[in-house]
Amino acid sequence: MLKIENVYKTFHPGTINEKKALCGIDLVLNEGDFVTVIGGNGAGKSTMLNMIAGVYPVDQGSILIDDDNVTKLPEHKRAKYLGRVFQDPMTGTAADMNIEENLAIAARRGKSRFLGWGITGKEREDYRERLKALELGLETRMTAKVGLLSGGQRQALTLLMASLEKPKVLLLDEHTAALDPKTAKKVLDLTEEIVNKDHLTTLMITHNMKDAIRLGNRLIMMHEGRIIYDVAGEEKKNLKVSDLLAKFEEASGGEFSNDRMMLS
Amino acid sequence: MGALINALPGSIAQGLIWGILAIGVYITFKVLDYADLTVDGSLATGGAVAVICITGGMNPYLAMVMAFGAGMLAGFVTGLFHTVFGIPAILSGILTQLGLYSINMRILGKSNQAVSVDQYGLIVSLRYIPEACITAGICCIVITMVLYWFFGTELGAAVRATGCNQNMARAQGINTNAQKVLGLVLSNGLVGIAGGLYAQYQGSADVNMGRGAIVIGLAAVIIGEVIFGKIFRNFALRMLASVIGAIIYFIVIAIVLQLGLSTNDLKLFSALIVAVFLAIPYLKSRYFAQTGRKGGGADA
Repeated sequence: MLKIENVYKTFHPGTINEKKALCGIDLVLNEGDFVTVIGGNGAGKSTMLNMIAGVYPVDQGSILIDDDNVTKLPEHKRAKYLGRVFQDPMTGTAADMNIEENLAIAARRGKSRFLGWGITGKEREDYRERLKALELGLETRMTAKVGLLSGGQRQALTLLMASLEKPKVLLLDEHTAALDPKTAKKVLDLTEEIVNKDHLTTLMITHNMKDAIRLGNRLIMMHEGRIIYDVAGEEKKNLKVSDLLAKFEEASGGEFSNDRMMLS
Repeated sequence: MGALINALPGSIAQGLIWGILAIGVYITFKVLDYADLTVDGSLATGGAVAVICITGGMNPYLAMVMAFGAGMLAGFVTGLFHTVFGIPAILSGILTQLGLYSINMRILGKSNQAVSVDQYGLIVSLRYIPEACITAGICCIVITMVLYWFFGTELGAAVRATGCNQNMARAQGINTNAQKVLGLVLSNGLVGIAGGLYAQYQGSADVNMGRGAIVIGLAAVIIGEVIFGKIFRNFALRMLASVIGAIIYFIVIAIVLQLGLSTNDLKLFSALIVAVFLAIPYLKSRYFAQTGRKGGGADA
């Protein structure tokens, strides 16, 4: 479903700020894989997701989604394959547009936009049902501007938008990191529900190791632009946080003890 | 006082014509969140094209179509500067605006070209102010209706999303660069129409007729927003608020002229109006902390 081959990315090459963000990433996601991604700050997790989404071009390597080579495609053309939820709740929605308009835009992801109605009555009913399923009361506020919603509501809406038109791959970039613990849990439960319902192939970055172990069928750990650990199935299920910490210690030679991952 | 009342219909006619420009500025400034300075050039281009076409024997309505097209072309150039060549938004507009001065001189052949209402069947003229008000008013309403429809379409929604949140737009498969160009083309097309009408209204096209036009357009948009922002929620009404803003602007200008301000001081006056109205919301948000806006709390 998703195939990343030998991808390299260096930011600000040749300057004092040179940062090798990705150093030969190889990753294959099978259909229906729900992969959690962990790693310290600067490990390249977000860069990897942004490379898949086409936010900036890769230096080397190729990215295939559903057997289509998308390496050279700009961000908006790759969007037809991808559903995305970002860390910042502001990023995923248009604040000055209302809830149903945001959904209608998401429903047209990957389709040509011409002079047809931006939203139809039939769509509205469909959105109402889907919003009802979120159990946040948003179905009664469909013409409210998204800017009036809370961070958690916006992330829930972004999740719905990302899955409205079934994506080939769902990319979740620490989408609960900016929320308080209670809201984060709600959004995470919702994530699980949506992913399971549509069997979405998912790549989820998280800083919470317990979540990383609990969710999904596969876990990868990144360090300094490389994937250093890739585990699936029973072995993943039986992982403990201490196992992951040990892995990190091993990879980073102890420096990891300072990282913010310890806190979660 | 009597002089002011006499000046009022003229102010309204002017306001309605510049209201078309204000709608154009609304598209770039409010919808696209793009400060487009092309306007100063494209207004004069619209005027020049219309006048040359009319004096060349073309039907005035057809001449307006040409003015619309010329304005769109100007907006397209600014759009290319910005999206293809990566030139910052404001600078792209300034470059087009500057370049247009020479082009407008070429179109007109001299700095000022008269077009007489006695000789040609002009659409509007300050000789017939009530008729001019009606014609310009109809133009504003028709344009608002068409735009209201357009921004309700899939394409229009894509333009709005681009202006609101480019990251979101791209993540939803919207080519943000194309939407920006489209918005600029549409906006400057309207400015071209405003220029064509204004040239007919005053009986001549002048290469300098667009100087400061963007400031007047912004003043209209901002005045409309400050006065009607809380009342008008509907998108069409918000565009019409800009038109009313333009009318208010020209009435205020008429008043300050009556009060003895010299016409030479008007540009300074306009600049100050815009500066003050732009500053108010910023200062308000800075010194009177708002609650519950944008984002707000984190509980779902």
